[in-house]
Amino acid sequence: MADAATPTPPAEKPATTTGILAPGYSFTTLTDKIASIALSRRTPFVWFIGAGVGFLLTMMLLTALTWLLFRGIGIWGVNQPVGWGFEIVNFVWWIGIGHAGTLISAILLLLRQPWRNSINRFAEAMTIFAVACAGIYPAFHTGRPWLDYWLIPYPNSMGMWPNFRSPLIWDVFAVSTYATVSLLFWYVGMIPDLATLRDRAKKLWAKIIYGMLAMGWRGSARHWSRYETASLLLAGLATPLVVSVHTVVSFDFAAGIVPGWHATIFPPYFVAGAIYAGFAMVMTLAIPLRKLYGLEDLITMKHLDNMAKILLATGLIVGYGYVVEAFMSYYSGNTYERFMIWNRLHGPYKHAYWALLFCNLVMPQALWFRKVRRSVPWLFVIAMVVNVGMWLERYVIVVVSLSRDFLPSSWGLYKATVFDWATFIGTIGLFLALMFLFIRLLPMISIFEMRAILPEAKVREEEAEA
Amino acid sequence: MAQIFHRSTNTLSRVSVFGAVFFIAFLLWLFDAVNRSPYITQQGIARVQPVQFSHQHHVGAIGIDCRYCHTSVEKAAFANIPPTKTCMNCHAQIWNQSPELEPVRESWRTGRSIEWVKVYDLPDYVYFNHSIHVAKGVGCETCHGRIDRMPLVSQHPSLEMSWCLDCHRAPEKYIRPREDVFTMGYVPAGRQEEIGEKLKAEYHIRPTRELTDCWTCHR
Repeated sequence: MADAATPTPPAEKPATTTGILAPGYSFTTLTDKIASIALSRRTPFVWFIGAGVGFLLTMMLLTALTWLLFRGIGIWGVNQPVGWGFEIVNFVWWIGIGHAGTLISAILLLLRQPWRNSINRFAEAMTIFAVACAGIYPAFHTGRPWLDYWLIPYPNSMGMWPNFRSPLIWDVFAVSTYATVSLLFWYVGMIPDLATLRDRAKKLWAKIIYGMLAMGWRGSARHWSRYETASLLLAGLATPLVVSVHTVVSFDFAAGIVPGWHATIFPPYFVAGAIYAGFAMVMTLAIPLRKLYGLEDLITMKHLDNMAKILLATGLIVGYGYVVEAFMSYYSGNTYERFMIWNRLHGPYKHAYWALLFCNLVMPQALWFRKVRRSVPWLFVIAMVVNVGMWLERYVIVVVSLSRDFLPSSWGLYKATVFDWATFIGTIGLFLALMFLFIRLLPMISIFEMRAILPEAKVREEEAEA
Repeated sequence: MAQIFHRSTNTLSRVSVFGAVFFIAFLLWLFDAVNRSPYITQQGIARVQPVQFSHQHHVGAIGIDCRYCHTSVEKAAFANIPPTKTCMNCHAQIWNQSPELEPVRESWRTGRSIEWVKVYDLPDYVYFNHSIHVAKGVGCETCHGRIDRMPLVSQHPSLEMSWCLDCHRAPEKYIRPREDVFTMGYVPAGRQEEIGEKLKAEYHIRPTRELTDCWTCHR
């Protein structure tokens, strides 16, 4: 490694760029490497397989939703007492996944972490696509999606406002703000790169489309100055969203009096869980992507190592959340709270809870070992396990609590129907399809931000050689 | 390298970016305006009836009481449409040769009801009861307007939910003494706010919290 060979790293300038860009790149080769993926005529065969699967699953999603419109939400497994099934589980899961993108693009930007530069673009795309998938669930769970505009407060002929005291309406504001800011951030950050693609495109229609999207960007000093201001402002706007969105989502539960929901630990525990799940998804995407497009030079082991550390740290916070939940249920002395934990461990959904403890608590502990953090297959496996674990967490919170509340006479089990599964797998397909379109048509790594770290990387490279 | 875009694109893009905001705002406004217009609400649009019955003549000129025909209004949810028999009470004697009234006589002969067109047609998910409104001092006029001046009846209010809530949120602004419920052209004897508050207490009108509960109207 380069840092081992550097005799005395300058004290005032920490070795932040070390290891995040492989040696030997120039401005031209770096730009070529990233831009050619979007501009190339040749599409890798694997792309067709991935995009094809995503497309077919998206069709399945559309079929399931169309049938839902014909028949109503009775085709789903939700009913009394479990009125929130897969729809809320998947909504929370997808929204959570989005959070890593915002953390990388906003908080790591403000903290001046240059290693974010090669992963922020596709992580932001992941955020937007995840929010799009998430939005489908509450929109259809209302049962009458054509009346969803009632969720928006506007002066209407009914003389009614939404119930502003309900966290569910805060959710509408939180998620729509989140989607808007994320989309703006992603797009504004892409404008200089879109101009690069416009200038390098060979075909006329490509020039026109990229040109329109680039909005007349010429890279003048004034453009850059405005870009810097806009990007800082958006980062400032997005930073509180990393914390606020999932806090509000957690209020959906915490404001209810159901055992297993009514806990003050929920907001921080949900936010940590969101970042945890999000980084797992970023890894799940980054590992195959760098392999498929030979981007190991840009998304290096250092990146994977850093992300693994964040995964470990947030995983520990989530684990702390589980411990506090269990402790509080004992410490409260409340029969229903104590029963809730007993029911999680021994009740009808005990397999989900034990699997969740393994996935989120036990498995990620392997990341303490440097060997594991430096092993791509291990990282991929752990990321997938965490993806599953975080889904199980939401499943346990929603289903276990609702199926066994205060009165045994009102207990009832939840079972997902084929349409629940089709919708869930369908949104994964939609996510894949959007992701594959994105990596084919847009620069999946920020070209200009990578160029920005090149000079410093170059200096370190030469220092290492000297 | 040749320019892809003509110089005019600069202006075009500026206009479209700013214009889009106004265009979307205009569309939203248009949607709302149409939604509240008589085209949707049917407010003030006279319906064509099988017999061109004039309330103006019967109520205004002759002075027949509302309850002579709408007999159930004080006791039932529905203020009934009178049977043909009620018409024939008078029209067996007067205007009994009028071609205008032929459908009435035909109904009388055959026993088949006249199919009047409903003017105040509330959605099926709304529970509405005339008797409670009459009992609590809501005048006919308050919802139906000056029936005594309508040759053909049209819907006086918009019947939007916000219109219902106007009164359910502040009944004191609209109620009148019970003896004036059937009066047309009622003028309060004093300040409406004071009279309203007094009547509200006297008639035991429920607090707004209960009057505006969802289940009050959507049962």
